[in-house]
Amino acid sequence: MWMTVSYACWGISILLALWMLYDWFKVDTTYSEETLTSSREGELEAVSEKHRI
Amino acid sequence: MTVAVETRETVVHGDRVSLLRVLGPAHVWALGVGIVLVGEFTGWNFAADKGGALAALIVCWVVGLLYTSVAMIDSEVTSTVAAAGGQYAQAKHIVGPLMAFNVALFLVFAYTMLEVSDAILLGDTIVAKAGVEGLTHNSFIAATIVVLAWLNYRGVLMTLNVNFVITAIAYISIVILFFSVSPWTQGAVLKLNELVTPGNALPYGWIGVIAAFQFGIWYYLGIEGTTQAAEEVRSPARSLPYGTMAGMITLLIAAAMTWYVCASLMPWAYLGITYYPLWDAGKLTGSPLLENLLFIATLLAALASANGCINDAARAWFSLGRDRYLPSWFSAVHPKFRTPYRSILFLLPIALAFAFIADLNQAITFSILSGVLQYTFMSINIMMFRKKWPLGSIRRGYTHPFHPLPAIVLFCLCVVTFFAIFLGFGSQLIAMIAFYFLISLWFHFYRYKFVRRGDQFTMPWPKPQGY
Repeated sequence: MWMTVSYACWGISILLALWMLYDWFKVDTTYSEETLTSSREGELEAVSEKHRI
Repeated sequence: MTVAVETRETVVHGDRVSLLRVLGPAHVWALGVGIVLVGEFTGWNFAADKGGALAALIVCWVVGLLYTSVAMIDSEVTSTVAAAGGQYAQAKHIVGPLMAFNVALFLVFAYTMLEVSDAILLGDTIVAKAGVEGLTHNSFIAATIVVLAWLNYRGVLMTLNVNFVITAIAYISIVILFFSVSPWTQGAVLKLNELVTPGNALPYGWIGVIAAFQFGIWYYLGIEGTTQAAEEVRSPARSLPYGTMAGMITLLIAAAMTWYVCASLMPWAYLGITYYPLWDAGKLTGSPLLENLLFIATLLAALASANGCINDAARAWFSLGRDRYLPSWFSAVHPKFRTPYRSILFLLPIALAFAFIADLNQAITFSILSGVLQYTFMSINIMMFRKKWPLGSIRRGYTHPFHPLPAIVLFCLCVVTFFAIFLGFGSQLIAMIAFYFLISLWFHFYRYKFVRRGDQFTMPWPKPQGY
């Protein structure tokens, strides 16, 4: 039983790693570098003032 | 023209993509306690090997004082400098760029090595439970690191919701164990007066107590990680001090209960070498239910810790990229999940590599060393913060009491801990200091020219006093 769990762990790890690589590729080819790296430290404070849930 | 687009959860200005501000005090608690609680399940007990069972209790309280100072100081500064990167952002604004760069590296090393230790612990615990020939820990290590990285990649809210649930289960298991062994009655299950006697309480005297500091750190290592959530909590000035202080109180109670039960069930010589003190305590009660509960809780505590560490290390790395201390490529935020996805993915293979090649002791030592370097910085940082911006000059979310006493206590205890580490791992300590010295030279002479100097300082504060 434990050996099966061990193989399942490898399988899940490989699947999720591939999914993350695919998503990374998709995001990087869909959005511009400028957009992806547009976060600014100070700006968030100003934005939060308008925050509503 | 910038257009404000409002969604249910956050506000995006035009094309800007930022981290998501969705967390509350419970998530801050889950992040801090989640990272730390694994230390009750393994790690703290090696203090007994260094100095006996009583030494493990003395360091529980004295190191608790160190971390209470850390939590108070951190709460004051972070409730004022609420930015991802935590202590890195604090150092950048209060001390300067070179200190900030070093602090960020302390953070990344401390959390990544702790994540590695957690994954190894989880793998070893499963292998020990299974008792199957040929079964190795590698698949469990890989699954731990990759699944948690995926969770972190997908969003901070789910990540810390999961952490809250698994941390709470692990914590409740300690409480259940404590009340199951009739803690109010000695002799029924617990035998503290037989196991800890005046003859064996401090087998190596007071030098053993000093040496035990190195592992006493494990009772609380990582509680300062709450500050990494600063940019993702809805109300940093309220949530961060509240979550951090509540976490510290929780841990002090857990540490005391853990020591009492384990020291009352196991002789110090065994307690000091076992990798699973609480799981062993569960076995020694003779209850299969408690044994299995503590086995599961050990796994959950390791998972919660690794999960929080991935979260924190990625934010520190992301912040370095955002300020161009490292290539700005690392500062990318996922447009859908709002996580620092490139930093998470970059640190993933590094953690896997260390988990496969390093042993548990090396990983733990590097984590502790980086942590203590960071605490030493914090004691100096708060002194400079209060001097440059005295009370009343800027708005603080929380003001810690008795200043400068906590800073002095913190600094003195860090010096004692460095001495304790030197006694046990002198060569690693020197190697690590040499590494930080060389990387500082690289930053000063090469990397700093890429930094946009005016963009680093984002807090709308008045000029510091004396400038």
